[in-house]
Amino acid sequence: MTLEEKVIALVADSLHQDASAIKTDSSFVNDLGADSLDQAELMMSIEDAFKSFMNGESIPEEEAQKFETVGSVIEFLKSKGVPENL
Amino acid sequence: MRRVVVTGLGVISPVGNDIDTFWKNIVAGVNGIDLITKFDVTNFSVKIAGQVKDFDPTKYMDPKAARHSALFCQYAVAAAKQAAEDCGIDFKALSDEDRYRYGCTVSSGVGGIDVTENEVKRMVTNNTSRVSPFSIPEMISNMAAGTIGIEHGLRGPNFGVVSACASGLHAIGIAFRSIKYGEADVMFAGGTEAPICPVSVAGFAAMHALSTRNDDPKTASRPFDKDRNGFVMGEGGAVIVLEEYEHAKARGAKIYCELAGFGETCDAHHMTAPMPGGVAGAHAMKTAMKEAGVAPEQVDYINAHGTSTPMNDKTETALVKAALGEELARKVSISSTKSMTGHLLGGAGALETVVCALAIRDNVIPPTINYTTPDPECDLDYTPNQARQRTVKVALNNALGFGGHNACIALKAL
Repeated sequence: MTLEEKVIALVADSLHQDASAIKTDSSFVNDLGADSLDQAELMMSIEDAFKSFMNGESIPEEEAQKFETVGSVIEFLKSKGVPENL
Repeated sequence: MRRVVVTGLGVISPVGNDIDTFWKNIVAGVNGIDLITKFDVTNFSVKIAGQVKDFDPTKYMDPKAARHSALFCQYAVAAAKQAAEDCGIDFKALSDEDRYRYGCTVSSGVGGIDVTENEVKRMVTNNTSRVSPFSIPEMISNMAAGTIGIEHGLRGPNFGVVSACASGLHAIGIAFRSIKYGEADVMFAGGTEAPICPVSVAGFAAMHALSTRNDDPKTASRPFDKDRNGFVMGEGGAVIVLEEYEHAKARGAKIYCELAGFGETCDAHHMTAPMPGGVAGAHAMKTAMKEAGVAPEQVDYINAHGTSTPMNDKTETALVKAALGEELARKVSISSTKSMTGHLLGGAGALETVVCALAIRDNVIPPTINYTTPDPECDLDYTPNQARQRTVKVALNNALGFGGHNACIALKAL
């Protein structure tokens, strides 16, 4: 599974959306209908899924605030050293 | 004076998840109590409860909303949806201005205690301070009323009323007043509970409040019977639609009955033990009858709180005698439908209001099942084991809660 597929699967599960409808440029708020609680929950599930790559660190609040699209999360994870193929 | 009528009913219960099934089973004396399957009860002294069966929240709400609603909230939303359909009001068509005349008081005694339990477990197991951002909005017990408000676009009075096992009846009483005093025209009202989780079963068991008749669950809830040894926990929700009489009449609504009086008092005596003789509870019954303009001899049916604990049933018997007078107390038909559903705690008063409304509609007194051995301290007519035909013009419904809360409503045939 690729990093992109994994993130999309987590987003689909957390926001109760069909994975096939989620693209990297999908906006959490505008396209996927996420509210602030949904986004907070999604960040927790992403942290849990990738904590082995991030030395158990959580995603800083100020970084999490900047995530507008699915792609922005993938870019952040890559910058933390998460490989594209898991 | 504005009058208040019941125009919609909805129920999720251990004996049925719709009004027709529920009522058919209640009249037939069908028992909804069995061994707990929701969690491993190996190490629990109490292994029985009245569980809801085959409940799918997505039949009643959006899957995403369902996922972020605690079970007590889902039960209430489901019951409210049924009541909304039953009353025939098109809530989608209401104007923005109208919506402020539509409200909701739906209560829960212990709310999302299961949510709290799971989050605490996760914190301890993972040694973390992180909990779900939904833990608080799911857990708070007013969220049932809040969510029903969202589902139907109700912008009028909206909150939960908490008085332990009287919560559901208090909610109905408060909604009644909102309409009677002119604050609202239509109110969803009721109670809901999902208490069958380890911490609450253990908690009530620690109080020695629960029956431990684990070897024979079907006979464990036996209100007013000499061999009763505690209540059996139940779960579910019941929501009714209350409506101002002229409002209901103008739209040609089906009317089940009038809600004509509400009495509420406090024992001011002990955290959990009822006041000997039930004096304050009797005062609540008298207040409800007085407001309804009903004399004791007019009362046909009392749906008792009747929990099946040694103390409650003895005290409630004295309470009914004090409210109606000994002679009339012997003539009235009493039953405790908790013998079939178990005790829904904050949902109980609402579930049993549904029973009273249907008893009036059909002129049927549902039975108290498992009644085999008379108790000299419980010597009234509890409608043992078999439903009975009786004209029901006036029904009273009692609910009594830990904290000494007493509530009673008076329902009348129109």
